[in-house]
Amino acid sequence: MQNKPIVQVENLKIYFPVRRGFFGGKIGEVKAVDDVSFLIEKGKTLGLVGESGCGKTTIGKGVLRVYEPTSGHIYYKGTDIAKMSKAQISPFRRRLQLIFQDPYGSLDPRQSVHAILKEAITADKRRHSAHEITTRINELLQAVELDISMSDRYPHEMSGGQRQRVGIARALACDPELIVCDEPVSALDVSIQAQIINLLRKLQRERGLTYLFVAHDLAVVYHIADVIAVMYLGRIIEMMDASEIYIRPLHPYTRALLSAVPITDYYVEKQRKRTVLKGEVPSPIHAPSGCPFHPRCNLATEECKQVMPPMRNIGSSHQVACHHLNQGSD
Amino acid sequence: MTGKKKVLEVKNLKTWFFTASGQVKAVDDVSYDLNEREIIAIVGESGCGKSVTQMSVIQLVQTPPGKIMGGQVWFEEKNLLDFPPRSQEMRKIRGAGIAMIFQEPMTSLNPVLTIGQQLTEVIRTHTKCSQKEAWQIGVKSLEAVGIPDAKERMHNYPFQLSGGMVQRAMMATAIACRSKIIIADEPTTALDVTTQAQVMELLLSLVEKYGTSIVLVTHNLGLVTRYTNRVYVMYAGKIVELGTTEDILMHPRHPYTLGLLDCVPKLTHKKDYELVPIQGAPPRLQDLPPGCAFASRCPYVFNKCREEFPTLRQVGENEHWAACHLDGEMKKQQ
Repeated sequence: MQNKPIVQVENLKIYFPVRRGFFGGKIGEVKAVDDVSFLIEKGKTLGLVGESGCGKTTIGKGVLRVYEPTSGHIYYKGTDIAKMSKAQISPFRRRLQLIFQDPYGSLDPRQSVHAILKEAITADKRRHSAHEITTRINELLQAVELDISMSDRYPHEMSGGQRQRVGIARALACDPELIVCDEPVSALDVSIQAQIINLLRKLQRERGLTYLFVAHDLAVVYHIADVIAVMYLGRIIEMMDASEIYIRPLHPYTRALLSAVPITDYYVEKQRKRTVLKGEVPSPIHAPSGCPFHPRCNLATEECKQVMPPMRNIGSSHQVACHHLNQGSD
Repeated sequence: MTGKKKVLEVKNLKTWFFTASGQVKAVDDVSYDLNEREIIAIVGESGCGKSVTQMSVIQLVQTPPGKIMGGQVWFEEKNLLDFPPRSQEMRKIRGAGIAMIFQEPMTSLNPVLTIGQQLTEVIRTHTKCSQKEAWQIGVKSLEAVGIPDAKERMHNYPFQLSGGMVQRAMMATAIACRSKIIIADEPTTALDVTTQAQVMELLLSLVEKYGTSIVLVTHNLGLVTRYTNRVYVMYAGKIVELGTTEDILMHPRHPYTLGLLDCVPKLTHKKDYELVPIQGAPPRLQDLPPGCAFASRCPYVFNKCREEFPTLRQVGENEHWAACHLDGEMKKQQ
């Protein structure tokens, strides 16, 4: 059952300096990602959920080395890429691709689909004949269920769903192993969203792709992910098998998050207890001491204010960082 | 449904846009009503005309290219469409009678004026009171929507507040003017889920406390399930189904409604099932087919659908209506 992990992240920290004044003196730092560890097995999907500003996108881009890690390790198939130089890392780049939220902003408006895909195909600096390139482009378009005639189109001539398909085709062009999907469906209408989700699942089955799927919509993540990590203020506070999130959420924040999401089954929804979380996510510049969730948590005690609870294993595939697990299970 | 007081009645509303690429019937013969202390939902994909319908009700459609071509909007025994958009009467109704909350809270407030200045301006437009009194009302209504340190917040500019806070400030203006109706156009789309829950609970409390009635324009079926009493489903500028929230969600009679329900991932389902997306994309409103606008995407389509336009027919008790030739025999056919 246990596959080899494609990516293993250990104690990853990504801090951004906060500068102010004429000389740009450092006055503090934002702990965007604070001591995060996880692994993703080949062919599986890890879903990262959390509210805006919790650091989920930073992790996604950190794994691709778009951001410099402050400390920690990122093992890609056993090789630590966290501290590699730009030259060292470039052969890995092709295997690690990214799909963006905004398919319009992430495609060059002055390039046709053909040119966009050609650029990605020829990024390996090998020689390709024109025929090879066209064959490959057609193959990619077919893979994302677009008509071959689309290759002459420009981004503004396409719908949001079609653009997102081009974004996916571009990511596939380099034969990646890991794709970081950063909110790939949140800008789309529900019916188009379903098409893209199905496409991503199909590609994963066919090509054995591994996904790091970042999104704020719990239902979408539940549907596509094998493992879900819930983040709050730069930390993973609960990680579990996706099938457990609805039936056995343990951290008070995970429960609050779940309770905030209405369910479309009328009779189930009418039976649910609604707990509305008070206040807002604190600024990560002044992150609370101890457990980052304690100012909004109704179980918080003195211990929570001082000590960050460690990740504890509950069962084989469920980890949670909370001091008050016993009181939580109502 | 009988016996309830109607606070808003929209009849056969038509709003068309005249563009270079042709005539767009963005809202075509739309009728709906809103009862006192009720939350109704207007549901549909982007471009189906749900926002334009609401903008037409308070006559904020940009003219040209848009034009309200016909219909009636009855509010407090007056047909609002009798008043010119820029008239004194219309200005009084916007805000005091019908308040609107938009999707992007940050862009619906003036960035160079403080929250206090904007609140008092609205309050003084609609009620006779001094600047000082208006300020007091402003502070009170900010407190009513759960903004901490309301007195200091009055001196803040919109950018100093978070998205959820600004959305609450927008609701504070509605409370301050005692608006009878709030039209909330995707009020929580730009917000995080926990903030969304806070804002929605607040809207619900306005219904309970002040007897406000709410039109919720949204594509989020979860919010519809949790917060609304009745639902109108729009497609290509028309209402295709209406009924109680329970009927629409549990016994949909229009294939489009069924499609919308089937294509959202659900936490209550087992994980390994394939979502059923609605095939294709919505038709261009410039050249709609003669029959049903949904025909090209409908899995149950038959000849009559392409030729004859289906009108709304009652399909169940509790005012459940649908515009479909199938008569709701969808499940049996597949």
